[in-house]
Amino acid sequence: MCDQTFVAVTFGPCDSCSKASPLMNIYIKNEPINYCSFCVEMMACQGLQKGETLASLKRECDNLKKKLEEERGKLNDVELHQVAEKTEVLGALSVKTRRVLKGHGNKVLCMDWCKDRRRLVSSSQDGKVIVWDAFTLNKEHGITLPCTWVMACAYAPSGCAVACGGLDNKCSVVPLSLDKTENLAAKKKSVAMHTNYVSGCTFTNSDMQLLTCSGDGTCALWDVESGQLLQSFHGHTADVLSLDLAPSETGNTFVSGGCDKKANVWDMRSGQNIQSFESHESDINCVKYYPSGDAFASASDDATCRFYDLRADREVAVYQKDSIIFGASTVDFSLSGRLLFAGYNDYTINAWDVLKGTRVSVLFGHENRISRVRVSPDGTALCSASWDNTLRIWA
Amino acid sequence: MTINTLAKGGWYREQMTCFRKMEKVIVAMQDPDMGMKMRNQRLLITVIPHAMTGRDVIDWLIQKYNICEEEALHVGGMLVRYGYIYPLKEPRSLVLRADETPYRFQTPYFWTSTRWPASELDYAIYLAKKNIRKQGELMEYEKERYSLLHKRINHTWDFVVMQAREQLRASKQRRKADRIVLECQEQAYWLINRPPVRSLTLHYSAVLYHTVLSCIESCRRALGRNRVKSSICLEGFVKFSEQYQNHDPIMQGCLPSNPWISDDTNTHRLERWSFSFMELLNDPIGRREFMTYLEKEFSAENLCFWQACEDIRHGESSKIIQKVEDVYKNFLAPGAARWVNIDSKTMDKTLEGIKHPHRFVMDDAQLHIYFLMKKDSYPRYLKSDLYKNMLAKAIVPQETKKSVFPFMRRQRHSSPSPAQAVTQVTEEDGRAMGAGKAGTNSAAGSHV
Repeated sequence: MCDQTFVAVTFGPCDSCSKASPLMNIYIKNEPINYCSFCVEMMACQGLQKGETLASLKRECDNLKKKLEEERGKLNDVELHQVAEKTEVLGALSVKTRRVLKGHGNKVLCMDWCKDRRRLVSSSQDGKVIVWDAFTLNKEHGITLPCTWVMACAYAPSGCAVACGGLDNKCSVVPLSLDKTENLAAKKKSVAMHTNYVSGCTFTNSDMQLLTCSGDGTCALWDVESGQLLQSFHGHTADVLSLDLAPSETGNTFVSGGCDKKANVWDMRSGQNIQSFESHESDINCVKYYPSGDAFASASDDATCRFYDLRADREVAVYQKDSIIFGASTVDFSLSGRLLFAGYNDYTINAWDVLKGTRVSVLFGHENRISRVRVSPDGTALCSASWDNTLRIWA
Repeated sequence: MTINTLAKGGWYREQMTCFRKMEKVIVAMQDPDMGMKMRNQRLLITVIPHAMTGRDVIDWLIQKYNICEEEALHVGGMLVRYGYIYPLKEPRSLVLRADETPYRFQTPYFWTSTRWPASELDYAIYLAKKNIRKQGELMEYEKERYSLLHKRINHTWDFVVMQAREQLRASKQRRKADRIVLECQEQAYWLINRPPVRSLTLHYSAVLYHTVLSCIESCRRALGRNRVKSSICLEGFVKFSEQYQNHDPIMQGCLPSNPWISDDTNTHRLERWSFSFMELLNDPIGRREFMTYLEKEFSAENLCFWQACEDIRHGESSKIIQKVEDVYKNFLAPGAARWVNIDSKTMDKTLEGIKHPHRFVMDDAQLHIYFLMKKDSYPRYLKSDLYKNMLAKAIVPQETKKSVFPFMRRQRHSSPSPAQAVTQVTEEDGRAMGAGKAGTNSAAGSHV
């Protein structure tokens, strides 16, 4: 007894492919027809020749991908480790834990250094964001957020604010006041709004713009003051887990990695996907640029880290070992780019020789998986955040 | 690994069972014998048939399922939220009101479960229809989405516009009442499936075509890229690393000025104190040494005053008044124990400000004393025996390319060091050094 006085067919054999499925009533040249949604999409796409099907398009896509790999291979005249043969072998690192930052009540999910090289901000599963003076181990500010799982935090370039976000689908900016006991949470300002959790955030070269990536598959650029969306970046087909801004002064590109195993390089101004790399076998958890900006590294659940050259447009190194079974969750380069520090889910941090592809050292100390490693801005120390509720400074 | 515990499509599977149950209720509500009483409703000048009031819905639920009013309101509210019943007068307010507010049943064609998933193409056609029908009828968030869709599924745009026009033409051939009903139903459907929350929307629609087509497009673009020969690129990395290697603090075995290994007072660090007064004050050891020097010169009150002012500036709001008073008593009052020498103009201004103390009330005085120290005491400190002796005794940082045995290096400057150093494994050894125990909590407070 529904109220349409004309009949609308909702289910039945599609007029095009004859498969029984939910039907859409559409009109072609005044004639009503009933197509299933696949066939409607098919008709809608231009450039489709008669007889083309999803299968044939997929075949074309695979062929193109193969061709692309061939093209990339043509200019591949030497491997990285061959070029690196003439460089010295690195001795074991004499790096130790110098500080242990205790104070979080639950897993530490993210951290970021301040430009002053001694302060850092960390966020945790219990909803707390803490700003530390890592030299003195003082907790300078504490912010309690109403949501748990604060998965992303970042320090503003000026050092006067921090951004944080996570399961609340938002990324907020909190100005740090001079008064250490002031309730900072009250001054929190929501900037980014996604339709799923926020997995990563970073300020661009100023305090005024914020770049975020989210479980909803997109990255976005926001204006901090107005909260306006300046640009959105679509192209990932699954959750985006990490992003990193290119280190050049002009700062116009960034790289993102996600659960679709792809690492994409984007142009911030146009929103276009400039380059794409798909060689990991599982989710990409973290991406980080090489200090010169010509390459980036990625860490993945497939227990490998990979090094991608942007000018040659291909993967040039894989950092893996049979004894490394657990996924890598985070990577960062040392100041010269010679070392790659990677944190793993087996509680260790491995230091890789980027050029030779060998492992230089293993750092033990944490009692649960590593969620983030970051080298300090002056390269003097490495900070690691872990699910064992602590952060460690290594130098 | 993502935080999502449900895999893609999991939400769909979970929700489908709920939809089926809700549909059973809806069908029962429309049963000719046991269902609800329907009536006509007036919407502006048109009469809409088959409508019911919120009160009717609730009463029917109470009677059929033997539940209380609160529960009926809750269940009925769900039916509205998921689009099986939609409000006539205020379409955007998806709540069930237990009064004379008119509602209607949604036609199965527009059930969320039937049209799952709501495709972008469909939404684009709907927005295009709205746009064509009456220019400017699109709401702000709809306009945003319309242009986003135009960007994202641009290759289908001819079809979208064509279909919108055809559907509008077909609807004109219907009776006015039917047309209004259909428009209400369609609008209700989209309010549920594309809610006007201010956010980015990416819906995992089942459009594999879309994904495949954009993949093909990006492959084509990538094929046209200029690439650089590997040998050139890779050489670049080697050069970069070589250039910066000596400046990479983590890699060098022995760190001249690594501030984390702070018991080193080495020449690099001491030299920095002579670069600027701020460098000296910022280094905690530097500040201590400077204080020692000033005590010898009987002018330590200046640095004490400066530190007290810093404390006011950065300390807690609640303690400001007390601290300002203390500073006045100790440093500024006539006959104070540690009186600081400030020029009369600044002193007057500060004393005036103290009457209404605030965080920055001491700024002028603090700056005056800062410059006093900088011009007078600081240069003399740098020339003093105290400083020169420190420099002489300090370690000259060694430039070592190969790593030094870590344990040997730390002997001389022992602060309470960790009981067991972190174990390290090298490729060459292949064995773990130390007892292999995971590093103990070290250096938690064991630094200068």
